[in-house]
Amino acid sequence: MNKPLAPTGLNLDEPLLWEMGKPGRTGFSMPRRDVEPFPLDDGLAGDGPDFPDLNEMGVVRHYTRLSQWNFGVDTGMYPLGSCTMKYNPKINEKCSQLKGFAGLHPMLPADMTQGALGLMLELERFLAEITGMDAVSLQPAAGAQGELAGMLLIHAYLKSRNVTRNKIIIPDTAHGTNPASAALCGYRPVRVKSGDQGILTPEAISEVMDEDTAGIMITNPNTLGLFEAHIKAISDIVHGKGGQVYCDGANMNAIMGMVHMGRSGVDVLHLNLHKTFSAPHGGGGPGSGPVCVANHLVPFLPVPRILEGNGIYSLSEDFPQSLGRLHSFFGNFGVMIKAYAYILSLGAAGLMKSSRLAVLNANYIKEKLKSAFHLPYDRPCMHECVFSDKIQREQKITTLDMAKRLMDFGFHPPTIYFPLVVDGAIMIEPTETESLEEIDRFIEAFRIVATEAAESPELLRGAPKRCRVERLDETLACRQPCLVG
Amino acid sequence: MRYLPHTPEDMAAMLQVVGVESMDDLFSTVPDECRRRSAPDLPEPLTEWELDDHMATLSGKSTTHGHDDGAPMVFIGAGRYEHFIPESINYLLGRSEFTTAYTPYQPEMSQGTLQAIYEYQTLTARLLGLEVANASLYDGASALAEALLMAMRITRKKKVALSGVIHPHYRQVVQTYLDPAGLEIVLLPCLENGRTDISGLQDVEDLAAVAVQSPNFFGCIEDLAALGNMCRENDVLFITAFTEPLAYGILKNPGLQGAHIVCGEGQSLGIPRWFGGPGLGMFACKRQYMRNMPGRLVGQTLDKQGRRGFVLTLATREQHIRREKATSNICTNSSLCALSAAMYMASLGRTGIRELARLNYDKAAYLRESLRQAGFRIRFDTPCFNEFVVEFPPDFELTYNRLLKKNMVAGLPLSTWYPELKHHYLLCVTETRSRADMDAFVKEVLS
Repeated sequence: MNKPLAPTGLNLDEPLLWEMGKPGRTGFSMPRRDVEPFPLDDGLAGDGPDFPDLNEMGVVRHYTRLSQWNFGVDTGMYPLGSCTMKYNPKINEKCSQLKGFAGLHPMLPADMTQGALGLMLELERFLAEITGMDAVSLQPAAGAQGELAGMLLIHAYLKSRNVTRNKIIIPDTAHGTNPASAALCGYRPVRVKSGDQGILTPEAISEVMDEDTAGIMITNPNTLGLFEAHIKAISDIVHGKGGQVYCDGANMNAIMGMVHMGRSGVDVLHLNLHKTFSAPHGGGGPGSGPVCVANHLVPFLPVPRILEGNGIYSLSEDFPQSLGRLHSFFGNFGVMIKAYAYILSLGAAGLMKSSRLAVLNANYIKEKLKSAFHLPYDRPCMHECVFSDKIQREQKITTLDMAKRLMDFGFHPPTIYFPLVVDGAIMIEPTETESLEEIDRFIEAFRIVATEAAESPELLRGAPKRCRVERLDETLACRQPCLVG
Repeated sequence: MRYLPHTPEDMAAMLQVVGVESMDDLFSTVPDECRRRSAPDLPEPLTEWELDDHMATLSGKSTTHGHDDGAPMVFIGAGRYEHFIPESINYLLGRSEFTTAYTPYQPEMSQGTLQAIYEYQTLTARLLGLEVANASLYDGASALAEALLMAMRITRKKKVALSGVIHPHYRQVVQTYLDPAGLEIVLLPCLENGRTDISGLQDVEDLAAVAVQSPNFFGCIEDLAALGNMCRENDVLFITAFTEPLAYGILKNPGLQGAHIVCGEGQSLGIPRWFGGPGLGMFACKRQYMRNMPGRLVGQTLDKQGRRGFVLTLATREQHIRREKATSNICTNSSLCALSAAMYMASLGRTGIRELARLNYDKAAYLRESLRQAGFRIRFDTPCFNEFVVEFPPDFELTYNRLLKKNMVAGLPLSTWYPELKHHYLLCVTETRSRADMDAFVKEVLS
């Protein structure tokens, strides 16, 4: 590597908003006052919030400078495992900003919103087709709300059959949000260990599945980046005892157009449009977490639902068995537009190629790094691979140290300390949009970090050195919480 | 495909390193029974330019109601409000360092997002008059559901009282969240003046919290101070929700009036209506309940050199650590929308938000008084912000449809949710409506 370290650049200081400004400035073009003031009851009137007054350029400079302290997919490779940080196409952003979408009120008569309703219904059909499920609701606002929708669907389905169950099976390779989502439905998680191969065995499920268990929450591909090869057999066991199979589809990027979820025995699946379908993550949202279901769960989907008759779209709440409403309106339409545009841009062949390349990139990294890092499950992976710090721990270097050192090389670190089944986990998901050259640079940087761990560990413990700040004291933040200024 | 960089040579070289013959061999761990028999049946891929045309056509179908004279004049609010958004905000949101970043798990590389969200939390707390605020939730409805769940955790009680003049969709979402856990909801009726009737509160036992919305669904400003006192006397938590945060530019904030938790929808603060989403779930509470809050929190700390910096904090409340005992299952929230709101609040400043809120109040009053003078009954005499309820004559539906053809939407008919309010319409006016617009509207209604 010719230039191993990120070169330093001009990095400007910037105070907090309220450390700037002067009363009387404004950054807003106030609309003309063309009506008289109307009296306001003194008892209701307040003094107004204590906001700083800034002018327009003050605001623009503030946020421009803050943005320069951030790292995004557009800045560089962001191999955060289970987050699918792929390229976010710019045309999709433009589509979501179109006036007819961005300015659309959700409570207009349906004949004024035909374009939006049509887009949503078509997206539902695309997602059903891509996953091999029968129907879709786009209402959940993010992955965790999609999981909640999945749990509520199972709850409503069992209730319709006069069945009450109290437990749900959650493997140790499931996503972190799963237990909390299940708990909202009153289900007590029953933890199951994955087998030696990093995937679930039908035997382990047989042991715990009983008539008080509502079903299983299975992440496939799982958080070790492995395909749950026994999913069909596991589904049969769960179904045999009257349970339902929920699949966390956050890792769908590995298998678009390759796997038929319905035929694999899945009853309900959630997707993350902000991962698999290229909508940007926004520094923590907004996302969109559609739920896809098999036919028998359709009556329980959230309302309102979109109907079509003679090419005319309408909304209906007339589904008496529905789990109810999950969102103020119909979900995150602004995000759906981007996913819709993405699918139309790629088509079936493009989506399948994307998954294949995502898997190729991950396997390539796995092969190239396994001599430098401990690879707990040495088998073909899907879209991500998981290493650990077992080798480096001998030098008292941790996953955290290595992650921080990677920053100095200009890469965002992988996901760390997850999944929990691997001690000191390093979970790398390159996605399909990274080129071979970029991946080679990443591999080389990570190998240098491994060498440094052995030869000059102080470099790692002192990292990062090239970021806006050095390592931050998270314990202090937690002990003396300062959440507002 | 322009998003995929691999050349055939790249793929061949990589396959060799991986040790497989073909791309399909990469999927050897996927059993046959799980595989698709054929490719998904999707439309042929579009070029960038074809996509651009297609989307322009679709979005055009969504506004003009068969007319070509631009956006309709919509007098509906009800949870989504039309406000001017400064171009500087749209421009700044295009900074892809913000948009293409993940949740700031690695703080040293995410100080931009973290400081911006810390500032958002601060401005939110100041707007609502409380001590702490979180980094955002999905939307106003789920924020209210989370507030009620939080109140039940704090009090260990399983019953909450909900005002019947909270947005009907919010009440539906609350029911979805609370029902499966067997939690009980008591509905508080509406008084003749459009405010919530809590006189029956004393008769309800074991109540965790009372929740009202102000300005409420009818636009009426609730007497929060009186409600706050009642809650204190009955020893229940007081939750106030909102759909229009701009109101607190001129109204006394809920924190000053005894609210323990304040939550609602922040869409008005620089976020487009977007057919209802994404929005912004705003959430603030008293500091004593901080550790019971749902969602992400950004806190201030120091780096190794003693410099100020920001991190995600108090994570032991959250799903990835606490698992099933977490305060919420939320992970991804509405960070970029929170950023828009912070930019919007910063652009307005205290001077601006007071002036803008007052203009909204006065404009809505202008249309309300014009309609009153034109002979229509204004249903509630309580002071209101942006929205108000009008009773139109029984044959008004004909007028409503005639106005639609003129690209005017004469409010939201209320009988869907309130059967007793037949022929009543909820109307909304913001700073985007000129006096000339409103005069034209009244003239059309009368003609």
